[in-house]
Amino acid sequence: MSWSLLFFLLVGAVSLAAALGVVTSRQPVHSALFLLTNFATLAVLYITLDAQFLAAAQVIVYAGGIVILILFVIMLIGGDTNDFSAAQRAWSRTVGIALGTILLLTVSYSVLARMAGPSEETAALLQGGTPEAVGIALFTKYVLPFELIALLLLVALIGALVLGRQQEGAGEGIPSVKANE
Amino acid sequence: MLDLAWLILVFPALGALINLFIGDRLKERGIQVVASGAVLLSFVVSLRLFFGLSGLDEHHRTVTVHLWDWITIGSFRAPAALLIDPLSVTMALIVTGVGALIHIYAGGYMHGERNYQRFFVYLNFFILAMLVLILSNNFVGMFVGWEGVGLASYLLIGFYFDRHDESYGHYADAGKKAFLVNRIGDFGMMLAVFLIWTGVGSVVFEEVSQGSGALATGTATAICLLLLLAATGKSAQLPLFVWLPDAMAGPTPVSALIHAATMVTAGIYMVARTHFLWELAPMAGSLAAWVGGLTALLAATIALTQVDLKKILAYSTISQLGYMMLGVGVGAYAFAIFHLVTHAFFKALLFLAAGNVMHGLPDGELDIRKMGNLRAKMPTTYLLFVIGALALAGFPPLSGFFSKDGILLHVANHNILLYLVGLFTALLTAFYSFRAVFMAFCGEARDQHVHEHAHESPAVMTRPLWVLAILAVVGGALNLPLVLTMEHYLEAAVGKPAFHPSVPMELVLLAVSAVVALAGVGLAYGRYLKSTDSVAGKLAAGITGLVRPMEPIARNRWYVDEIYAAWIVGPLLGLSNWFTQVVDQGVVDGAVNLVGQANLYLGGALRKVHNGLVPTYALSLFCGVVALLLWFVIGG
Amino acid sequence: MMLETSYYLVLAALIFTVGATGVLLRRNALIIFMCIEMMLNSVNLTLIALARQWGDLEGQIFVFMIMAVAAAEVAVGLAILIANVRHRKSINIDEINLLKW
Repeated sequence: MSWSLLFFLLVGAVSLAAALGVVTSRQPVHSALFLLTNFATLAVLYITLDAQFLAAAQVIVYAGGIVILILFVIMLIGGDTNDFSAAQRAWSRTVGIALGTILLLTVSYSVLARMAGPSEETAALLQGGTPEAVGIALFTKYVLPFELIALLLLVALIGALVLGRQQEGAGEGIPSVKANE
Repeated sequence: MLDLAWLILVFPALGALINLFIGDRLKERGIQVVASGAVLLSFVVSLRLFFGLSGLDEHHRTVTVHLWDWITIGSFRAPAALLIDPLSVTMALIVTGVGALIHIYAGGYMHGERNYQRFFVYLNFFILAMLVLILSNNFVGMFVGWEGVGLASYLLIGFYFDRHDESYGHYADAGKKAFLVNRIGDFGMMLAVFLIWTGVGSVVFEEVSQGSGALATGTATAICLLLLLAATGKSAQLPLFVWLPDAMAGPTPVSALIHAATMVTAGIYMVARTHFLWELAPMAGSLAAWVGGLTALLAATIALTQVDLKKILAYSTISQLGYMMLGVGVGAYAFAIFHLVTHAFFKALLFLAAGNVMHGLPDGELDIRKMGNLRAKMPTTYLLFVIGALALAGFPPLSGFFSKDGILLHVANHNILLYLVGLFTALLTAFYSFRAVFMAFCGEARDQHVHEHAHESPAVMTRPLWVLAILAVVGGALNLPLVLTMEHYLEAAVGKPAFHPSVPMELVLLAVSAVVALAGVGLAYGRYLKSTDSVAGKLAAGITGLVRPMEPIARNRWYVDEIYAAWIVGPLLGLSNWFTQVVDQGVVDGAVNLVGQANLYLGGALRKVHNGLVPTYALSLFCGVVALLLWFVIGG
Repeated sequence: MMLETSYYLVLAALIFTVGATGVLLRRNALIIFMCIEMMLNSVNLTLIALARQWGDLEGQIFVFMIMAVAAAEVAVGLAILIANVRHRKSINIDEINLLKW
């Protein structure tokens, strides 16, 4: 067993464990922290895949932006839903787990049955995902989608602003929620 | 000069439009001036056309004034063009001339009526449609006019659409009946035009005339039979005459203009216009002659028994149209048109005189049994009515005498049986017209209330009648026997008659007709004015007693309406009801409802799936994803 | 030595499945939200692994775009969540049935 494989297994195990933690935690705050872990391990894996720029972006955008945003929202509305005890939806849990299993099996089967490692020639083609390489691609060939993405972000910004705005007259602020207590 | 022929159409159109849009600001006076003026101007143009045409060489009196290309589809061509020839100019003169007089009369007659404006818009529209009918140089244009006059007729018969009485039922129904019965004829017209187009490849009269040689006799006969059907509809012949008596529900000027002088003659005109086709189909011609002869006889017998003055005149119109149909059937086109012209004069005169009677009596009374001795109260109308009746009776030397005998002359040569029918009808005609005269204007006043309130009509309603009266008296001079001006004039349009009677025969037949007319008048005199004690009275009573058993049949109009109701209208209505109730509501609506219900039910079932909860949607989404994946992995 | 791509893909599949199951099982809208983010990330991992496999930078550009879209989505999604909490006083997804209208 090579070191790289060992490293991958280690990081992958942490990542998977964090993913399970997100799903199983009762407290949303714990879920958020597990999510942060998951994102971080993925960033590490990106580096092993020669995607340095994306690894950095992953940390900045996901870990630094999105998770923080989620934590802010949790702070705002709190909220703990006792959702594992939802008896009336027991069947959906069974179905969910069954579906998940089938999904996992099919995907794994198809991956393992057909995929091989990268050949030497194709590997040589990849210049590596350095910020320089990605930047050049983004600002030459993909400049139009890039601009569109910028526009999308602006729209999302304004949309979030409009949606989150306090209604006129409803001055009591954001209530804290304890659902299904 | 002839290039300005389109003006003849422009004036009535303008008149109708002006009255339609600003008539409410013009008051009665203005409306009447506009409407009558428009028709008068058209008459002036017609006169110019007449003189312009007369100035041309005898053999070149057919002029086409092309206005614009109306329909051009492949080789099908229906131009908007006017055909100016002796026939159309004669018709145009009658339509605009008599029309103008009736417009003037109507101005007085309709005084104070509601919808004065609407009435004159319709009248001008009618004149326009009629002129389109007679001036078009092709079948399609003629058909437009044909339908236009049908529409105008419908609108004017139903002019008092809110009225209702015993003799006409709902007035609106009378209009509907006229329209529907006419549709049957119109259908024949359409089919005939289609056949002509497939057979000859043109709908322009001149081209059809030149190309008609290519038609097989069978096709030509079929075309002519369909045209005959069209003519029986518009000209109120057997079997489609039933609408005309009911059409008397319209205002009297309308009865005079449309249902006596002009529109109903469209069928006759159409046959004369297509004479080149009829010459190819002698069988259809004979049928037309028999239709005409029988219609003339039948309508005359009905006219004998009617008590409504206008209905007497209506049946008389049908009868006279029968004469014209008889004339065109035997190929005497010129005489048929001649009779059409004189008939327009004296029948318009009679109708307008009847309108005066109606106008002058309380409640618009028209029942001749309630009249009597109106001579004393309305002498002018009496005189006018008598002139009209004399002309109608064929009393020499009034116009009706010459025109009717022109037709009978040709019929005698063609078929002696039909001649006898025509002659007998002439006797009946003289009898019923003077029955009306004697019962209404002479003898004792039978209803004192009516008699006391009777009064003469204003000058605006008598002066135009004098013009018509003079024309009715001297109209015969248009085509004096042995001199033959009008017949000769029309030759360019309808061809020479195949038959020229010898002078002795002509004189003999004229004498016979005169005697018959005198006999009819004399019989009426004996029957209605003399007491049964006198010799003349006994004689008349004896003769009329012979046909007494026939009276109920004739009074009930030979049960034609009842037969139609029982055999055609009833089953048709039954079938329609079956279609509405079973086919439409059951099958068609049922299918639609079924689709609707099925969708509603399905929607109700599917609505449960659509519960608005995100997890449900997510679950179904995942099911789909997993299914797709399974399909790719296992199937692919 | 380069690791086989299939390892990464299997890992991504595992994370994706965990996320998907979480979406189906949890009721808390916030946690479902996080699960979706996780699923997105697993797909990102797949794309980057395949980009290396075929020696093509396009996969990485894709991931970049996904990140941007995810950021926009998070902003709008959380705003909706907050607006909903104001109205319904709840973040239980079973009580949010506004999608009916």
